[in-house]
Amino acid sequence: MKHERTIPTPAKYLINTVLTVILLAGGTMLMNAGAFNRATTAIIQQIGIYIILAVSLNMVVGYLGQLPLGHSGFMAVGAYAGALFWKATQGVMPSFLTILLGLIVAGLAAALFGVIIGIPALRLKGDYLAIITLGFSEIIRICIINLPNITGGTPGLLNIPKYSGFFVVFASVAVTCYVIHTIMHSRHGRAILSIRDNEIAADACGINLTYYKVFTFAVSAFFAGVAGALYAGYQGSLFPKSFDFMASINILVMVVLGGMGSMLGSAVAATVLTALPLVMQSLSEYRMVIYSLLLIIVMIFKPSGLMGQYDFSFTGIIENIMNGRLFRRKKKAGGTKNE
Amino acid sequence: MIIFQHLLNGLRLGSIYALIALGYSMVYGIIKLLNFAHGDIIMVGGYIALLLIGAQVSPVIAILLSILGCMILACVIEKVAYKPLRSAPRLSLLITAIGVSYLLENLAQLIWGADPRSFPSSKIIANVNFSLGGVTISLTTIVTIVVAVISMIILNLLVQKTKMGKAMRAVSEDTGAAQLMGINVNRTINYTFAIGAALAGIGAILYCCSVPQVKPTTGYLLGIKAFVAAVLGGIGSIPGAMLGGFAIGMAEVIVNAVGLSSWTDAVVYLVLIVVLLVKPTGFMGRSMNEKV
Repeated sequence: MKHERTIPTPAKYLINTVLTVILLAGGTMLMNAGAFNRATTAIIQQIGIYIILAVSLNMVVGYLGQLPLGHSGFMAVGAYAGALFWKATQGVMPSFLTILLGLIVAGLAAALFGVIIGIPALRLKGDYLAIITLGFSEIIRICIINLPNITGGTPGLLNIPKYSGFFVVFASVAVTCYVIHTIMHSRHGRAILSIRDNEIAADACGINLTYYKVFTFAVSAFFAGVAGALYAGYQGSLFPKSFDFMASINILVMVVLGGMGSMLGSAVAATVLTALPLVMQSLSEYRMVIYSLLLIIVMIFKPSGLMGQYDFSFTGIIENIMNGRLFRRKKKAGGTKNE
Repeated sequence: MIIFQHLLNGLRLGSIYALIALGYSMVYGIIKLLNFAHGDIIMVGGYIALLLIGAQVSPVIAILLSILGCMILACVIEKVAYKPLRSAPRLSLLITAIGVSYLLENLAQLIWGADPRSFPSSKIIANVNFSLGGVTISLTTIVTIVVAVISMIILNLLVQKTKMGKAMRAVSEDTGAAQLMGINVNRTINYTFAIGAALAGIGAILYCCSVPQVKPTTGYLLGIKAFVAAVLGGIGSIPGAMLGGFAIGMAEVIVNAVGLSSWTDAVVYLVLIVVLLVKPTGFMGRSMNEKV
């Protein structure tokens, strides 16, 4: 067998960090130079937020193999937590610190809910898990409506400082992808994958099912919360209606279309499905119909989603080129995934 | 006296939930699928009745046609969307069901608009109220309860006494063995969907008469509540679905009566969560052990 040339791990990290920084800096510069009009800028930020949501949901659907229908509930918790934090601390700290702390608070609040909901819900499976998470997320929404003193109720929470610029959103995207990628390539990630592939066998091998399920759920909820806070900072106002069942389904459509278990798939699907309405404005009223048809058709003809479980790795491609294979994929290539 | 009033309202609401819950329960019993589209079939049934009555069709024919429409729709959905996935993982089937539900909702919105339309309930059930010792009973309430009870009796006879009923019970017990015994599994599943949809159609008319309006999202909440009822009663069990339906109807009316109407839906979800956690098999369901 021919010896394969590989890049040492620190160099992989370096390459990916440099790439991420270049992309972020380049994007920010383009944004600041006014290269895009307002509508495009808004769509680009939305894309970032949806990528975080889809990638985080993919962790539970694709890697853990469970189907929760309450992702928008976690997003709501994070959005309101972040927004309230930002409103309360506006001007107290330097804005960079405020933004960072707000995102962390939002993520932790959502993760807390993830644990609270996860412990009971993950005892159940399949349809029951789907419906119980749906129930929880609807309860969260009804609580938001019925506690107008804190959350603003149906009229909405207004005047949230608009912190979510391009840099904040896409730095969060990079962090999300990095953390989830790293987790999935550690022993914890392999434990999670083994639960998806065969729960009983994983249990027999000594993997703590409850711990790993709740852990995955909490991490997924954390990033959903971060996305929620970014959404709050992007919109400047929050309404309970934005976090209904349909919102959860929208995110699920992205994960399913992209390919359950493929981070790249989730990101691409989130990008395409968010940008689509802008490109095809004449089709906007048919958008939902097309989404649902796509969902059914993909399930019938390619149940693993468009990308399957394929994941993209920049350093993996470089290694392939170094080994003289330009277009052949190498399985299980390392390195962080770049946005 | 006021208690009687609430009791009657609860019974009316509960019997509608029970009718719809039966559809969920039967389908779940036979192919282990949470048929998300069931609630939206109700919505379509409501629209068909509304449009036919609007077109001066006699109400009886309109009702029959809308029930028939529901049955055809359910069979088509089963054939097109669920049948190709019979051997696929449960997750794919569930996602497809969500997709179908989503599709029906959005198609309805596209065709009939998002605004609620008022349902001509007075053409189906006259707007008459009876007064009995301080309790006001509307004809709608009586008709709803009576129709629901009759449908359930017919369903029970159908399942217990006919050959097809026997086949349905056999398939839900063990699909493989039923097939070996010469039962046409596909036809049985089709029948189950049709019967469930017929009950949903009846439920649709009754629900639309008591609300009285139809909108594209009618089926969503109704479907979820009926599903809660089915789980509460023990999914797969027909008497359980009836019992669960009445229990949810009662619970909802009680919460409203105490003055917490904005929390009604939350209470329904809470009931669901508690039931799933404490006794996932419901009142009358049988426990199923997972085999390796």
